[in-house]
Amino acid sequence: MRDRKENTYLVATQSQLMWWKFRKHKLALAGTAVLALFLLIALAAEVLSPSTPFARDTEYVLGPPQLMRFVDAAGKWHAAFVCAQRQERDPVTLRMRYKEDPAERIPVRFWVHGEPYVLWGLFASDVHLIGLEGGSLHILGTDDLGRDVLTRVLYGTRISLSIGVIGVLISFVLGLLLGGIAGYAGGWIDGLIQRFTEFIRSIPSLPLWMALSASLPIGWTGLQVYLAITVILGFLGWTSLARRVRGKLLSLREEDYIMAARICGCSDGRIVSRHMLPSFLSYLIVDITVSFPNMILGETALSFIGLGLRPPIVSWGVLLQSAQSIQTLAMQPWLLSPVAFIVLAVLAFSFVGDGLRDAADPYSR
Amino acid sequence: MLRQILRRIAAIAVTLALTSVVVFIIIQLPPGDYADRYAYKLIEGGSSVTEADMQALRAYFGLDRPMPERYLAWIGNIVLRGDFGLSFEYRRPVMEIVGERLNFTFLLLFLTLFITYGVAIPIGIYSAVRQYSVGDYVFSIVAYTGLAVPNFLLALVLLYVNVTCFHTTVGGLFSPQFMDAPWSWARFLDLLSHLWVPSIILGLGGTGLQMRTMRALMLDEQNKLYVTAARARGVSETRIIVKYPARMALNPIVSTLGWELSRIISGAPFVAVVLALPDTGPLYLNALLDQDMYLAGTMLLIMTALTILGTLVSDLLLALLDPRVRQGAKA
Repeated sequence: MRDRKENTYLVATQSQLMWWKFRKHKLALAGTAVLALFLLIALAAEVLSPSTPFARDTEYVLGPPQLMRFVDAAGKWHAAFVCAQRQERDPVTLRMRYKEDPAERIPVRFWVHGEPYVLWGLFASDVHLIGLEGGSLHILGTDDLGRDVLTRVLYGTRISLSIGVIGVLISFVLGLLLGGIAGYAGGWIDGLIQRFTEFIRSIPSLPLWMALSASLPIGWTGLQVYLAITVILGFLGWTSLARRVRGKLLSLREEDYIMAARICGCSDGRIVSRHMLPSFLSYLIVDITVSFPNMILGETALSFIGLGLRPPIVSWGVLLQSAQSIQTLAMQPWLLSPVAFIVLAVLAFSFVGDGLRDAADPYSR
Repeated sequence: MLRQILRRIAAIAVTLALTSVVVFIIIQLPPGDYADRYAYKLIEGGSSVTEADMQALRAYFGLDRPMPERYLAWIGNIVLRGDFGLSFEYRRPVMEIVGERLNFTFLLLFLTLFITYGVAIPIGIYSAVRQYSVGDYVFSIVAYTGLAVPNFLLALVLLYVNVTCFHTTVGGLFSPQFMDAPWSWARFLDLLSHLWVPSIILGLGGTGLQMRTMRALMLDEQNKLYVTAARARGVSETRIIVKYPARMALNPIVSTLGWELSRIISGAPFVAVVLALPDTGPLYLNALLDQDMYLAGTMLLIMTALTILGTLVSDLLLALLDPRVRQGAKA
């Protein structure tokens, strides 16, 4: 039995070894599951959310989260339900507030008809995964215009993650290109690119991002701002990748198999892309995973202080804009809920990155 | 060694000159200028602004001259007279406005740096020496949390906890009685007592990172032969840890000091905006929003200069710490 195990180990392919190694990292597995969930949310926010991001529930403005209950006031069990909310005046502060009416139960249903939407701009529908029969469900409460917070956070996931993806792609291509040229060409080209990289690195990133995004014209549409912010984040994040690529290429240049390839008459482009890149691709993937949180946090931070994305675009940072004042924090703490999503996403990316780093070198113990 | 340092300083001067050009270009980027903004404010206030007024405004702010000329004037005044230009919004020299706030920022940065390393290095050593102990796990969790929660969100959450649980605010840097008081020892202590909260918020991420780094480096070093050799000679355990692996592990930590400073500088404006600190953070944000270019440009320049100085300091510290670096510099 033991022999057989050892044999499977010896004949396993590189990718199998990597997977086995990755599997051992339990937190990384959990992180992968969370990321898969986020991906699902980003793809199908319309269906998963109980409402649409701009639908206003005027009956329930700045309403607290509705608790899902299973036991009524009399102690009887039911399928999931929420209690109806009644508006009343606080006798002390004289503010209007919402109070649950335990007498009236509204059952929670799956696949209910609600606000109409067009999925991916193609399929018109009004079916939501979860909702109330006659009425709208607000699991995370509503904001100052009566819009559902959970819905907006789910839609924000799409924007925030896509900024991460595009930003990382831009910085990946740039880092690969500049690092590759520097590492392969060497000499004065290397020196020049090195100086340039160091120069960009010496400017503190977030203040620089602030200055660049402050320079976007106020008249731009949401989409233009979105693209510009992505490009800004991407263009400044490539430096560490470029350094990594350069270092690896410099050390690989001296290897015998590269010399062999050169003697065989391979072109420079072929040597770099076919012989050098595959040998450290796994490290690049790790670097990409690790740089995701930076992009997401960069966007969040910029949007939060009002220099990044602007409403009506819904992103995690934009949502947090409304949670800036102490007044809001004290009275409507549920507006802080995007924080949980951000932290979860960042943690998931870090753990997956950790696991990938271990797996990238499957022969180490 | 001295030659090495002089060469570094020359390189820094070149980088700073380049930075000033880039900063100036970035600050110029927004369409329109302060004159437009000012005219807009006037029109909003009910007065009418003619084309001639606009030209007079531009001339008044010095915005009518071509960009290279304005840059040369700006940089010339900085180098020759330490004059960073005039803030449009406040109609006062930039340095006058930045002055005291800059001191707060410096104090905040150094306190943060101090706390970061003061906490991270001992705990990193402890975590490595007592690997997989309860303390190691607790500190690891804290470190990961610090790494995952961005500092301005941490500041937000802290504000929330303060408002709901303690009914106090953490905003500001002074107690009311010291707000406008002249500088005294008591006022300084009051400042410190307000400053440590933002410092910890700002430094938690870096502390987590450095703690993990220190732990990993110590784990690598403490099983090496020279440690065994020291133990065989009968050196006491504390002395072994402090004098041998810890000293080796300190090298990478010290050499990344510049990056750590850069990270802290980077996060500081956001924490300051959330906690409403009267330092340069909110000032920088408003200057950007108002297109107050010399004010914003000066602050970006100062932040960059600090980062570059940080790398120089870390190189010097490394040379001080490691004889091999000194020897290498000589050869």
